[in-house]
Amino acid sequence: MTSSESTDVLIVGSGFGGAITAYHLAAGGAKVTVLERGPWVQEHEFEHDFLLGSSYTRIFDFVIGDGMSVLGGNCVGGGSVVYFAAHPRAPGFIFDRRGSIGRNMWPAEITRSTLDPWYDRVAESLPVSMQDWSDVSYAGGLWAALCDHAGATANPAPVAVDNATCVNCNWMMAGCRFGAKRSLLTNYLPAALAHGATIRPLHEVQQLERLDDGGYRVHYNAIDAEDYRITVGSGSIDAKIVIIAAGAGATPVILQRSESTLGTMPHAVGRYFSGNGERLNTAIIDEDKVRDVLGLVREDGRAYEANQIGKGPTVANWDKLDGSLPEYDRFSLEQLYFPPGLGTILAQVPGGSDPTWFGKEKKKIIGQWKSWLTIFQMIEDDNEGVFGEPPTTGNAFRISQQMLGRGPLRYDPTPNTLHGWALADAECRRIFEKEGVGSVAPWTNDVVGAYTVHPLASCRIGDDPATSALTPEHELRGHPGIFVTDGSAVPSALTVNPAMTIAALAERAVPAIVRAAQERGVKVSYGAPAPDGSTSGRNGVRDTIPVTIAGR
Amino acid sequence: MEPGSPDDTETMTLEAFADTIIPGAKRFPEDRAIAGVDDTPGAVQAGALDLLHTEATGITIGLPYLASAVNGHAKNYADERGIELDDDVPPFVALSYHDRTEVIRLLTAPGHPEKDGWVGLALFCNMAYDSAAHLHTADAIRAGHPGLIAMGWDVPDADGLWRFPHYTYGRKLAEVHPDTTASGSPA
Repeated sequence: MTSSESTDVLIVGSGFGGAITAYHLAAGGAKVTVLERGPWVQEHEFEHDFLLGSSYTRIFDFVIGDGMSVLGGNCVGGGSVVYFAAHPRAPGFIFDRRGSIGRNMWPAEITRSTLDPWYDRVAESLPVSMQDWSDVSYAGGLWAALCDHAGATANPAPVAVDNATCVNCNWMMAGCRFGAKRSLLTNYLPAALAHGATIRPLHEVQQLERLDDGGYRVHYNAIDAEDYRITVGSGSIDAKIVIIAAGAGATPVILQRSESTLGTMPHAVGRYFSGNGERLNTAIIDEDKVRDVLGLVREDGRAYEANQIGKGPTVANWDKLDGSLPEYDRFSLEQLYFPPGLGTILAQVPGGSDPTWFGKEKKKIIGQWKSWLTIFQMIEDDNEGVFGEPPTTGNAFRISQQMLGRGPLRYDPTPNTLHGWALADAECRRIFEKEGVGSVAPWTNDVVGAYTVHPLASCRIGDDPATSALTPEHELRGHPGIFVTDGSAVPSALTVNPAMTIAALAERAVPAIVRAAQERGVKVSYGAPAPDGSTSGRNGVRDTIPVTIAGR
Repeated sequence: MEPGSPDDTETMTLEAFADTIIPGAKRFPEDRAIAGVDDTPGAVQAGALDLLHTEATGITIGLPYLASAVNGHAKNYADERGIELDDDVPPFVALSYHDRTEVIRLLTAPGHPEKDGWVGLALFCNMAYDSAAHLHTADAIRAGHPGLIAMGWDVPDADGLWRFPHYTYGRKLAEVHPDTTASGSPA
């Protein structure tokens, strides 16, 4: 087969790992082509609508596995378009995690302090801002008051949201119609385009092939714009450098499928998957007690009844992010909005009789939906996820026209993970049930297994070749010129929302990718400012990078 | 064919399944598909059959099989327990609400070989009620969709978008963690 196209750098996926690298490489002078399996949806197309075929189902992906279901983005901008934009940095103890492998999971050179300059670059670029109490939604405020009542602290979370523009519609998962969420559609991606990068939506990469000249041929299918089950064409592009950033639910699948044309994959490709230790608890709030016990009242006299109002997570409890606690005892508890559909079926009736997820009692609590408060637990799981045989195309067998598929991921929680969830469940109960303000139950894991909106670690960086697929510079072991920069590269669960860490690692990976491209004859340099031209983040990393900054 | 018509085995069976997930009031006195264990509209009135027959779900083509299979499971369930079934309606419909619940609980339990199919069917039945995925959400609310109304969804603005000018208690409600860094993150 003869390829008719070529590029310097081919990037698979346009979420954080793809957009950040695309911007820097394009700004540095490389010819960059981004292939994105999902559609390119413009801001005015984002709808407040659950109708199948609306923006919500076009840009969201839900893959049911065996013991773990994964929610992710499926559009230009990836997870940033559907996520809730919470951007905490990972606590320092995370970088010392050993998990079950008996040695550090993270490369020794990465610590919180060495990563902070890269976090700073992301914070400047999106940008990320602190929230104050006047930004906090009713739901976040209620969680804060509950924590305080139980003797706990609560923090307004740092977010990539322009709160002055936000209308608190709680439709962030369908794409922000108001331009308030600082998704990648508002910063890195337009900057990459301005520097000449091209983005091709509805191009799903299937396989990579090694070429005799040391480059790679990337094979893709073109996907129908409405029915993602339909392939409307195929093609290939040759590249000197390939960056895979298809998300932790897809990157290892592409590499597994490529084994016949690339050669043996590192053992850790498709292993050590982490769901970021995620689990949800939903409480049914006693409105009278919100008023009488917590002293909260809205402008209109209601106490709470505000599940529909807000902007995803605004307040988190970090008391158990304590590095002196043993591994698997540390977790955060973050207030979260989860939309109906997937967001109600798994909620269980607190104290209900079996079955707790459907039936008459369940209907009754759905009728109390306005008084729901949902808490997102992020514990330290055990990286126990393993991908099985790749499906014929994509990363899942697509059931529905959009959104719903069945994938090859298998996840059987270890006693460590179950221990972490049990501790977090108990802390939720303690906080909610003091004086009966709320009655709470975890979501069931018996229907679609555990679930995550933050898949990680399925192709991770590390110092140990036996347990990491990538070098600390994000290069795929044994396959020079292939880099992975998405959530799959993050070695472990983080106990907080991972977007900030995924993005910081992608920023950190760029100088080594630039160097590799230079070695392959690409005229490219490192040193672009933030997408809006700000330079303090760049100045902060000047002394830490191994390549020459342009104009230095 | 009218929903619930006694000679439409598939429709009656799927309605009975949906009614087990989110139960509702009977639509008419002779309604057999809906068990009638609740006194407000449930998944069936919310449009479960309309959603299941929406091709985009990917489940539509499998409905005849699912209806037939759940009736087979219902018959086995009844036989094993010595429950006598009324032949006038499909076996699953002939079961009491309690027994319908038991059948679905068994079919969706971890390890059941057909679990995926039954979970998918339950998922879309639930979605018909809690998100009306077969309708434009704003239209559904304005038309009085029973699930969205029961949940207390506020009506959107005239352009179909929600905006909440009042959203915050507006005051400090807890102490922040003492180790919070300047970036607002945990240390």
